[in-house]
Amino acid sequence: MKSIILFSLFLGSLSAPAQIKISGKLTDNKNKILRGASVVIKDSYDGTTTDSLGNFSFLTTEKGEHYLEVTLSGYSSYKNKISIEEKNLDQNITIKELITELNAVTITAGAFEASDKKKGTVLTSLDIVTTAGGNADITGALKTLPGSQQVGESEGLFVRGGSATESKIFIDGSLVNNFFYSSLPGLATRGRFNPFLFKGTIFSTGGYSALYGQALSAALILESADLPERTEADVNISVIGVGAGIQKLAKNKKAAWGISYNYTNLAPAFAVIKQKPDFYKTPLYHQGDANFRIKTTKGGFIKYYGYASWNRTALRTADIDSLLLKDAFEIENFNTFQNISWRENIGKGWKINTGLSFSTNKDNIMNELQDAENNKQQFSIPNGYSFKNFSLVNSAIYAQARIVMEKRLNGINAMRFGTDYFLSNEKTAYTLFNGNKFTDKVNDNLNAFFIETDLYLTRDIALKAGTRLEHSTLMNRWNIAPRVSLAYKLKDKSQVSFAYGIFYQNPERKYLPAIVTDLKYSEATHYILQYQKTSNERIFRSELFYKKYNDLFKTLPNNNGREVAANNNGYGYAKGFELFWRDKKTVKNLDYWISYSYLDTKRNYINFPGSIRPTFAATHTSSFVAKKFVLPWKTGFNASYNFATGRPYYNLGFDNTQAKYIVKEEGRTINYNSLSFSLNYLPNLGKIGKKTFSVWVLSFTNVLGQPQIYGYNYSSLNSNKQAIIPPSKRFLFIGCFLSFGIDRTQDAINNNL
Amino acid sequence: MKNLMLLTAFLLLSFASFCQSEKFISAMKKNISLVDSASINNKPDAFVDLANTFERIGTSEKNQWLPYYYAAYSRVNYGFMQKNPVNNDAIAEKATALINKADSLQPGNSEISCVKSMIASLQLMLNPQQRYMQYGALSDNLLKKAKEQDPSNPRPYLLKGQNLQYTPEQFGGGCKTAKPQLEIAVEKFKTFKPATEVSPYWGKSYADMLINQCK
Repeated sequence: MKSIILFSLFLGSLSAPAQIKISGKLTDNKNKILRGASVVIKDSYDGTTTDSLGNFSFLTTEKGEHYLEVTLSGYSSYKNKISIEEKNLDQNITIKELITELNAVTITAGAFEASDKKKGTVLTSLDIVTTAGGNADITGALKTLPGSQQVGESEGLFVRGGSATESKIFIDGSLVNNFFYSSLPGLATRGRFNPFLFKGTIFSTGGYSALYGQALSAALILESADLPERTEADVNISVIGVGAGIQKLAKNKKAAWGISYNYTNLAPAFAVIKQKPDFYKTPLYHQGDANFRIKTTKGGFIKYYGYASWNRTALRTADIDSLLLKDAFEIENFNTFQNISWRENIGKGWKINTGLSFSTNKDNIMNELQDAENNKQQFSIPNGYSFKNFSLVNSAIYAQARIVMEKRLNGINAMRFGTDYFLSNEKTAYTLFNGNKFTDKVNDNLNAFFIETDLYLTRDIALKAGTRLEHSTLMNRWNIAPRVSLAYKLKDKSQVSFAYGIFYQNPERKYLPAIVTDLKYSEATHYILQYQKTSNERIFRSELFYKKYNDLFKTLPNNNGREVAANNNGYGYAKGFELFWRDKKTVKNLDYWISYSYLDTKRNYINFPGSIRPTFAATHTSSFVAKKFVLPWKTGFNASYNFATGRPYYNLGFDNTQAKYIVKEEGRTINYNSLSFSLNYLPNLGKIGKKTFSVWVLSFTNVLGQPQIYGYNYSSLNSNKQAIIPPSKRFLFIGCFLSFGIDRTQDAINNNL
Repeated sequence: MKNLMLLTAFLLLSFASFCQSEKFISAMKKNISLVDSASINNKPDAFVDLANTFERIGTSEKNQWLPYYYAAYSRVNYGFMQKNPVNNDAIAEKATALINKADSLQPGNSEISCVKSMIASLQLMLNPQQRYMQYGALSDNLLKKAKEQDPSNPRPYLLKGQNLQYTPEQFGGGCKTAKPQLEIAVEKFKTFKPATEVSPYWGKSYADMLINQCK
């Protein structure tokens, strides 16, 4: 027995070195040579890595049945049973390239994306806040991109010949109705929301997804940030106000909550920078918000964001109809917005994304005609002046519920569908000079159903197709809006995309309730063709677009003399091309972009006498933005130059003999030029573990004081006309933002690594 | 006879496991020497081969953390040798998967924390301005953790010194702050004894080189 065992041991050691060679060549299904792949006999040491010709060759001492495995990231894995006998094995292997988010084409037609994570985006989130002249307002930075107009007399995004009401803004999927502070006559107000709330921004200047609707021109889709990086307290002090906030990150880094409060008072700034209107109550804002964010065990998120603000402003301007009198306008606004959303992976490739939002808005507006001594001018009989004494209360409640289901199909193909319910309840009470009160209300229940699919036919061809079905109780009819976009990747990192879509929209609140009941939706059809070339440090894109408007609303005066929607006889078009170039490479440490838009548009809508170019559309618009960070000074320098050719203006008057509106006078404003400059100084930059971090900001808009005229107001009683100009030529902002990190380095070491 | 059978079986088994570990040790030693030469000769592609080889050994052995450690270390080195950082995230992802395997086999190891820190630095390099707050802090914390896990390990000091040396002076980096760390590393290299003949020992000449640059 013993000898047998010994003998077998002896035999065993003798038979060891009979080696078999395994060799071959690895290619993909397009016959491309693959190097760097691991070729291995499973559960053994034996294997190799393919060389620069895709060849592999190694010796093995294994015998019998084994698995030969090939792995290479980005490719399908290969596993095949082989039988190792006496002969050398030579076999060629083919594996398939997987379509992944990293190598597949992305659909970009019509959209600018600002994100830090995704590839090929045009901007990063930081760009939104560091663009000079943008004044840390989300839309400020977007106005330096092609497609949007330099409109200074009212807020909102005017995109490709569309009015501001044709652009809608969404936060985590929820429509935000009062994104901007309530309008002031002849002045653009800011967006309500702090740009630091968002981690991703998609600005679609056309052809946007079927998940969104009720915007004829554009959609701005904002995604709120996930968890903060650490617990910290923030304080800001500036020439326009003070604020403070805290955000607390749970020890396990799975949840966070935060609150903040900001007080803005423009009195000190207006005392130094003279304003043209007489702000007898300088703009005053109280604004508070609260949030919580919880990361679920499956990697999903529950997020809540709540916001409330109160503000008031009152200003006097010279009355357009009289040389002696003044108009005093006062507004008080109270607004709340609350949104809770939940996104989750529910397994088997399914994702759920759902949200509820509730918001309220109330404006108390008062207008008075005053004499040189600011005394109210009273009237007992109706005339052109008497109607300038009025008060107006607008109140609105909005609620939205939304659910989107997403199913990951094979690879990165996906399908989404869902539904959206939006309720709006808007009331106005208008009190005339003689105490007569007119009230009206507009209620709407908007139901939408949508389905969309992302299909990658190959790595280089992607298709996104969707349809949206909507029913508005206000319109009492259905609409169906198909959307399609395609992208095709060419060689050397360039791609061509195409987008097509139909978009519908209800009449804007201002022109409701309508005098008829059988109105149709306004409709726009978009065609967009894009060429884009992206490399690590440079982006070039050009877009051609054509937009056709049908069934635009025409307005007529109702019984009270107010212009309201009357029919769908309006129409229009917008066409043009746009160029964008961003370069971080040519000049070291200098990052710049140039954008140019050409726009040809005409439309006949509201009270327009015919098809004319609207007042918010310049033919040529261009921006130049540059940023440079000087390390030794720890300072970022940002400059931007915005240019637009003059926009048309009209004196539209109702001609009683013809019983319609006519153009009494028309013209074109001077060109728009604005050079802005800003500076960010970060004294504590780069000091890891330092508890305080501060950012000093100085920004100067319209440095050169170039004259800007946005349009003209006309007197309805005489031939007087008044230029609409900014309240001050220049504006200077100085502020300091401090964060006090509650130092949790030790916690971080103990719990999170 | 029964006893003899048992004894033989036992002998056979230990012989087999001896063979196994000898095979393991010799394979590891051979490849670790290749890591050294790939570092010295600056050959990024050699690191891909090595990462694959170490991963193969790791998969075959199943209970050894060192093959995964070296596989991750090779991936990271491959990443650091790329001229263009565009693929850093993809490389880091691969390296992270490997180092996590090592971590689950050998939790709380100082050397593993060092490689994790290197992975964070690799990701930082893709966009330092934007990623500084996240990955810079992460990399730094991991080195602190590594120092705590094994105070005799010179590599956390070497990596800290290296990171500081390549950080602009305005950000608190440069030779002035790097040198004290590198000096500690050099001191510790003098007394550091690797636990086994295949345990990590790299970095001594690199520390000397960095210190020389600061002279």
